[in-house]
Amino acid sequence: MSTRRTIPALAAVLALGLGVAACGGNDNENAGSTSPATTTESPEQPAAIKHNDANAKVALTVGSKNFTEQKVLGEIYAQAFSAAGYTVKTALNLGDEQTALKALKGGQISGYPEYTGTALLSFLKVPADKLPHDSGEAYDQVKAGMAKEGIQAFPPTPFTSSNEVGLTKKRATQLGVTKISDLKPKASQLTLFGSPECRTRRDCLLGLEQVYGLTFKKFVPVNIDQRHEVLTSGQADLSIVFTTDPQIKRNDEVLLEDDKRMFPPYNSTFLMKESVADKAGPDLAATIDAVNKNLSADVMQELNARVDLDKDTPEQAAQAYLKQFKLIPD
Amino acid sequence: MILAVLGQLGEAIQFIFTKSEGPGGAQVGGSQLLPLLWEHLLITGVSVAVATAVALPLGAWLGHSRHGSFLVVSVTNAGRAVPSLGVFFLFFAALGAGFFNITLALILLAIPPILLNAYTGVRGVDPETVDAARGMGLTGAQILSRVELPLALPLIFGGITTSTVNVIATATLGPEAGVVTLGDPIINPSSYGEAGRLGAAILVALLAIAAQVGLTAVQRKLTPAGVRLSGQAPPRRLLFIPKRRVAPTP
Repeated sequence: MSTRRTIPALAAVLALGLGVAACGGNDNENAGSTSPATTTESPEQPAAIKHNDANAKVALTVGSKNFTEQKVLGEIYAQAFSAAGYTVKTALNLGDEQTALKALKGGQISGYPEYTGTALLSFLKVPADKLPHDSGEAYDQVKAGMAKEGIQAFPPTPFTSSNEVGLTKKRATQLGVTKISDLKPKASQLTLFGSPECRTRRDCLLGLEQVYGLTFKKFVPVNIDQRHEVLTSGQADLSIVFTTDPQIKRNDEVLLEDDKRMFPPYNSTFLMKESVADKAGPDLAATIDAVNKNLSADVMQELNARVDLDKDTPEQAAQAYLKQFKLIPD
Repeated sequence: MILAVLGQLGEAIQFIFTKSEGPGGAQVGGSQLLPLLWEHLLITGVSVAVATAVALPLGAWLGHSRHGSFLVVSVTNAGRAVPSLGVFFLFFAALGAGFFNITLALILLAIPPILLNAYTGVRGVDPETVDAARGMGLTGAQILSRVELPLALPLIFGGITTSTVNVIATATLGPEAGVVTLGDPIINPSSYGEAGRLGAAILVALLAIAAQVGLTAVQRKLTPAGVRLSGQAPPRRLLFIPKRRVAPTP
């Protein structure tokens, strides 16, 4: 377990009122978890987003890529900007990062959340083995690199959505492993599943082979949607999952500590054209900061859970988040 | 280098022929494509072979007995409407990821055209020809193997060709299900680059064209001279409009 999952973060999850749903292993259809939470105060309470009528003349289109976490983040920013008085539209299904960047540069969207690791690899062409392993350093590099293209990267979220080596708690106990380097003597007996691209990436299978010196019995590429099913069905000993996957808690999975810090950080940073950001004024940065403040890995996991497992819409999950942390009035 | 003039297409061609380090850090392209090509051909071959072994006898028999048009049409239409990726997900829990699962999906994709064409081809043989054969004392099995199947051959091969081309194109889904085919560069531009994506797409297209040309050549070779002389497949009736029937010989 990394330091990301800290006590305050857990408290924040409880404040979200999702603690009950998060505990059981077999309550994927627990519709009750969508009901409004109790009035537990969150430990750190950011100031509510201030409505400013002057912002109405600035029209913003918030974009996102086409998977759950991105859609939820897109909705959160869209609703927060709207609360700050901006005129907001959304375009929350933009395909991959290249499509999103094109839309951003072309002006079809004003901004969208992107992961620092993705921006470094895909936009700034940093080779996978040269990626920084520190969240702050990664953001600084993204900020400097994107500025050259006239794009502003706002300070990132606390959560990172990195690759992780996941396995069931049962298997972890059986194997007696808690960190990735523990796998060394056992890897030749273990099957690793991962997304198709993992096989040819230095921040995935190649890194596990080269940095940790692991040789797995077999690597099986599967559609990324199957990354937890392969664990629960027992096909995979190990699977490449993401830090903020809601299934980790609900399926009783554990993540192995990346003790050689091979996986680069993937904090989410809101990207926006500088010209648009200047027009939007200082309220924008303040809104983004207020929104990001409570987006810990556990909170993000729970928001993803609401959409992927409890079948809320991204709008509902986003609104629940903003209300729970008193960013918008109830 | 002359390829530079071609821009992205040039880079794609270079990817096909020379190995280099891709954006993900792995060696990609050139000889690294051979295992992918082999998997692609293997899975295509196995899928089409199994589909043919199932659909061809069934279609030919149904066509010969002139029964089951409802079955054939239903299976064909339903089969064509099912997306292969959906089949993979459907069987994922039972079969897991791997060669067997993706092969099953491809077999289901390949069956409808072969079944329909075998049925239509055999059924479409002129009844007068069949009656003549029967009049000469041929048994049902002999009529099927010596008269109906040879005459239906162009259409049967047409079905196999269609299926092969479909399977070659759809086998690019392999890496989503545990089989690393030529689809790998196509679905993973982040580790192969756009040039790799385009290069692999070109290879897949070339494979499909080669299959089409090759199977058509085989079909020409196998088609009886009498049918071949007409320059094309004999004219066929629409499936559900029976031609006037000659009274069966006693």
